[in-house]
Amino acid sequence: MKTLIAARMDRCIGCQSCSLACARLVHKRLSWYTAGIRIGSSGGISTGFEARVCLACDPPPCAAACPTGSLTPRKSDGGVKQDRSLCIRCGRCVKACPVEAIVQDEAGSPYVCIHCGRCVAFCPHDCLELGEKNGARVGQEVPE
Amino acid sequence: MSAQTPNTGPGIRHEFRVLLVDLSTRRTHIVLLPGRETYLGGSGLAAMLFEKYGDPAAPWNDPAQPLIFAIGPLTGYYPLMSKTVCGFLSPYHGQYAESHAGGRGALALRFADMDALVITGRASVPCVLSIGNRHMEIKDAPFLWGKDVFTTGKMIRHMLSGSGHRSIWRIGPAGENGCAYACINVDTYRHFGRLGSGAVMGAKNLKAIAITGDASFPMPAGSEAYAKDFQEVFKLVTETSMMSKYHDLGTAGNVAALNELKSLPWRNLQATTDAGIDGISGEKFAKDMLLRNTACSGCPVGCIHIGYLREKFMADNRYLYRQVAYDYEPIFSLGSMLGMTDGFGVLGLMDAVEREGLDCMSGGVALAWATEALEKGVITEAETLTPLKFGEAAGYKAAIRHLGAGSNEFYQRLAQGTLKAAAHYGGADYACVLGQEMAGYATGETFFVSETLSFRHSHLDSSAYSADQKQQDKDAPKIVAGFVKDEASRCVLTSMVGCLFARGVYTPERLGMALSSLGYKGVAENLDAAGEAIQKLRWRLRMRSGYAPMNATIPKRYSEVVTWKGGIDTVYMEELRKTYAAKLMELGREE
Ligand code: SF4
Ligand code: SF4
Ligand code: SF4
Repeated sequence: MKTLIAARMDRCIGCQSCSLACARLVHKRLSWYTAGIRIGSSGGISTGFEARVCLACDPPPCAAACPTGSLTPRKSDGGVKQDRSLCIRCGRCVKACPVEAIVQDEAGSPYVCIHCGRCVAFCPHDCLELGEKNGARVGQEVPE
Repeated sequence: MSAQTPNTGPGIRHEFRVLLVDLSTRRTHIVLLPGRETYLGGSGLAAMLFEKYGDPAAPWNDPAQPLIFAIGPLTGYYPLMSKTVCGFLSPYHGQYAESHAGGRGALALRFADMDALVITGRASVPCVLSIGNRHMEIKDAPFLWGKDVFTTGKMIRHMLSGSGHRSIWRIGPAGENGCAYACINVDTYRHFGRLGSGAVMGAKNLKAIAITGDASFPMPAGSEAYAKDFQEVFKLVTETSMMSKYHDLGTAGNVAALNELKSLPWRNLQATTDAGIDGISGEKFAKDMLLRNTACSGCPVGCIHIGYLREKFMADNRYLYRQVAYDYEPIFSLGSMLGMTDGFGVLGLMDAVEREGLDCMSGGVALAWATEALEKGVITEAETLTPLKFGEAAGYKAAIRHLGAGSNEFYQRLAQGTLKAAAHYGGADYACVLGQEMAGYATGETFFVSETLSFRHSHLDSSAYSADQKQQDKDAPKIVAGFVKDEASRCVLTSMVGCLFARGVYTPERLGMALSSLGYKGVAENLDAAGEAIQKLRWRLRMRSGYAPMNATIPKRYSEVVTWKGGIDTVYMEELRKTYAAKLMELGREE
């Protein structure tokens, strides 16, 4: 299965278009935070941006930690599917994720990337890619 | 547009949710106020709140005066709705003023679920205000007093938890010392720049404000219409050429163009074009100094250009490097206006100005005047404490520090405005002041009159500077009618609050559509009338606080300017000034 890869974050301008799009289109929220991908400055005063997003672990520890089956492994290539109706908002998935890719909203509902790719088109600098794992075009392009 | 149940609640509200902070009593309070259809948000909301909480007759630094920050109904919902409006009584002229800033601030306020923040009172010790959707705290921070803008930002990041979706607004020494053009720095690279909001924060003993946007809102009812409208606007701003000039060379692209048009102020406006342009053009900055772009939250254009400054600070090749945001205005004010023809030198001055928390335009233009005054012997080095010579960065760097610190009586006077200093020392004829220290457009009569009289004394109050760049009829009533109409429509956009760079995208129809699909149907239908009413309210507040447009004159230097059209037509300029001033008296008349 295809995976969302934040492959070229050194180009990121921090506009948050990706987070807003994920929240709006996937999670039906207005937010720059309760989204599968979240952007923060990569530490320090002015050193660019980094993305917090699911790396598609295979097998996914967040799904293993989930006590209800709300998060389950995808068919292939790692990462998870989410069934919100089964979630008890215990937050165990959040603790299990090694890269802080899952956040909870005020009510405790977890938000995680489901690798649908809808954010990709909203990135003005082509930082994001939906592709085969390890197949992303990570390097720089030759300028015109 | 589908039929909808009206939205109300977090995010979309028909009343305004306003956080009141009283620093004297250290109490905070949330109020819900009606008036969305009349006051919209942003500019309109700030004016409404000033009318309610401010006193136009009392001085700007009276602790009871409010410092207001407002966002609009579209903030966070649409691209480029990324600005916050600050409303305050200006230390520069003692009158009601507005200043706008981008960065992460507007979205942070949205996701803290506040339409506005109103700060009154004065803290007993320097403090930091930290707010969010689920917290509110006034923290003593006397140890931050005296710290520059960058150090303050770093320390606050350590002091307060919750990085990422947060905006940090702070002042530097200039704001602490009451400089009339001290700015509020927003997230390192943006500012509430003009007319001294930084000094208002300083007078309140408020060193910084940190806003965490930690709420998340449900979609509006009928969210398909919203998603579709979003898509349309997003396409326009990213896939068409409409916005490309802003991310390509950025506003710096104008530097060479205006020099070519004989409209770029050089050396305190002693010239409007210079062969040294190649060292400071937008092309030069992009080629040799541009490190990367960055964006305000919610804006895919990314017009913020960050330059790279490498400085040798010790022998044996000891270097440090800094990142400095550049734009047209600082390149003019700290570049051509100071006779600087080396882009790296200009970046160094921008960095110094940022540190002090000075407005770059006023700071640069004030020092340009000081340089000419020193040349002419009106002042001496006993006043300036350092040699000032056009083109020489070292002296300017020292002078910028003195200006922020208010090192002596001369710098204290200069920090109140160039004309205030000139009134004492002489040299008013060549003070480049159009209402405040000029913006970088020596384009001609229309712009000089517009900036002198208009509400924000900003080049963004009307399209005067671009009108000057074309042949136009010298028809004063017609031009003034244009100013007034332009202002009303900009009032609508700055009440949403949209970036003025997006004014081509956000036509009245598109704004109406955007509002309707969020459920603000009544607001959408009343937009034009609301724009005109907000315009009048702002002028009334301005007049009540003492503005007399008839007395606003244009210094002699402007009649000596030569542009691509030739000399200035002073008779026409005076006619235009009087016509516009009379019109403003009418707009600001009590109803
Ligand atoms: S959410 Fe975290 S733990 Fe789960 S698959 Fe993604 S990266 Fe791994
Ligand atoms: S791939 Fe889909 S779920 Fe993941 S961040 Fe992008 S829009 Fe959200
Ligand atoms: S859309 Fe692209 S440029 Fe903007 S924040 Fe996301 S990754 Fe960065």
